[in-house]
Amino acid sequence: MTAKRRRKRKLFSPIYLTLVLIILYLPILMVIIYSFNSGRTIGAWQGFTTSWYTRLFGNALMADALKNSLILAVLSSALAGIIGTLGAIGLTRSHFRSAGLVETVATLPMMIPELVLGMAYLALFTAIGVKLGMGALILTHTTFCIPYVFINVKSRLIGMDPALEEAARDLGASPMRVLRDITLPLIMPSVVSGMMLSAAMSLDDVVISFFVTSAETTTLPLKVYTGLRSGGTPEINALSTLMLGAIFLAVALSQLLRARSDKKLNSAQ
Amino acid sequence: MQEVLLSLQHIKKDFGEGEVLSDISLDVHRGEFVTLLGASGCGKTTTLRIISGLETADEGRVLLGGRDMTDLPPEKRPVNTVFQSYALFPHMNVEKNVAYGLRLRGMDKRAIDKRVREMLELVQMSEHAGRMPSQLSGGQRQRIAIARALALEPELLLLDEPLGALDLQLRRQMQVELKRLQKQLGITFIYITHDQEEAVNMSDRIAVMRSGRFEQIGTPEEIYDAPMTRYVAQFIGRSTILTGTVKSVSGDTAVIMDENGSYPVDATRARLVPGKVCELCVRTERMRVSREPVPGFSLPCTVKEARYAGGSVLTYVTMAGGAEAVATGEERMADAAQPGDTVYLCWNPAQAAVIGGASHGA
Repeated sequence: MTAKRRRKRKLFSPIYLTLVLIILYLPILMVIIYSFNSGRTIGAWQGFTTSWYTRLFGNALMADALKNSLILAVLSSALAGIIGTLGAIGLTRSHFRSAGLVETVATLPMMIPELVLGMAYLALFTAIGVKLGMGALILTHTTFCIPYVFINVKSRLIGMDPALEEAARDLGASPMRVLRDITLPLIMPSVVSGMMLSAAMSLDDVVISFFVTSAETTTLPLKVYTGLRSGGTPEINALSTLMLGAIFLAVALSQLLRARSDKKLNSAQ
Repeated sequence: MQEVLLSLQHIKKDFGEGEVLSDISLDVHRGEFVTLLGASGCGKTTTLRIISGLETADEGRVLLGGRDMTDLPPEKRPVNTVFQSYALFPHMNVEKNVAYGLRLRGMDKRAIDKRVREMLELVQMSEHAGRMPSQLSGGQRQRIAIARALALEPELLLLDEPLGALDLQLRRQMQVELKRLQKQLGITFIYITHDQEEAVNMSDRIAVMRSGRFEQIGTPEEIYDAPMTRYVAQFIGRSTILTGTVKSVSGDTAVIMDENGSYPVDATRARLVPGKVCELCVRTERMRVSREPVPGFSLPCTVKEARYAGGSVLTYVTMAGGAEAVATGEERMADAAQPGDTVYLCWNPAQAAVIGGASHGA
């Protein structure tokens, strides 16, 4: 009786897990598979081809969108990296009274609906006369990327023994030297990990970008979105697959860096 | 008179939740090994941090070799610290950890290498120069932390419970080694611990701290044999404290009476007048029990329990007035008194200390 129940339970977990994974990843898998389909419709497999990828790379508009997306991802994650890191150091190393409030406000954009954020940025930029386009895109992407860096770096700083920085001071290092020699090298994996996440977020943003971009500047996700509205092509599937790959790589790298630096720091204490 | 190296003058510190240090002053001589001893939260770490500059005092001055350091940041003070958590830089190997302070001083590469080699040799870690801190054991990290702090030839080395994380055997070994290093280098040590045995073993002088004040500053012997306060008497070693009233004084001996009976006290070591309240500290290892009444003493008591304590037997007794006491006997367990037996407490009056009385020769 109990053995039977145990066997039942033993079967239940893997089946449940498989189901969840299928529901999560089946749609994505479909896109990937049909990006290699020689026919034009999803659901009807007509043979393997890579021609959509070739066409994609031959498409000047696509190349332009790719270039824009990459510039945007690199610049906004770099800016978010600097601002988020400085913010995290400032907030954890100084003990002013409203630190908690500042922190909540700083990470709130992660919770605000993108639609609202996008509209808000558009309203602001129009009101103060910021030209829509690449500049506005970088500004907005940097803003919504900052929390990813901030949270990552902050958790590392909190986990760090404060005596490390004090020991450096004690051995004769000025506060700036401590930042350069001790703090930054130790939090660098978290900074990079946060920047990777930021890049992934920037690479797949549609909603906010939609509001603040101009007609001349388009990014890859926007291209996918407008492409789908006009019917969708296997070319879009191919593009989506490439973006998936890039984002997966960024997230995986981010996780790997975190795990490795956590291990290093913990085993030294 | 020896030269005063460090002088703390009327230091006060308040973190906003009551005073952590209330007006402490201390002079440390060059070459001395001074221990700040106290329970956790007594302010000993805060005192150390004020000396190193990692914390600033609200009031008072910190002088080193006569120079006022009160307003100097930690990097400008010729003082180095061995941290409780060791605080080795996890991204630098042993050699780079030890070299860090020297590099900041702008020493040339060859001089740094030479100094690092000397330091690693001093702490017997030469063969581990290339290792990362995460590859070292606790005791090895400890040695590197010491080498790193000593590399700068500080006038004063501060040690914040450096042996706290080590197991007992390694602790004893490191105690001996630290003491050897201190003698060999002639550097002044200020050492923090809550372990009274460690303090007694290593220090030239001990400052017993309690809620932000020094209860007593003196040599281990003074602290042990002539405690100034009840707290010191209880914190250092094990003892029974008897409180009574002086009944009579005749020559070198006074007789004290309390609800447990009466006993003699060496009157040469404290100013005793009839009617005065007197607290007497009798160390457990100097307290004896006798089956027969002892002349001069009248302290009958009932045995609660006798326990073997490795080489001696501890007898726990309840005195006539209800107070508890512990005595040491060198007999075997088989000879020990049985629970319920009536015995008599006694001790050598010269070896018991009136709390707050003057120490030997004073």
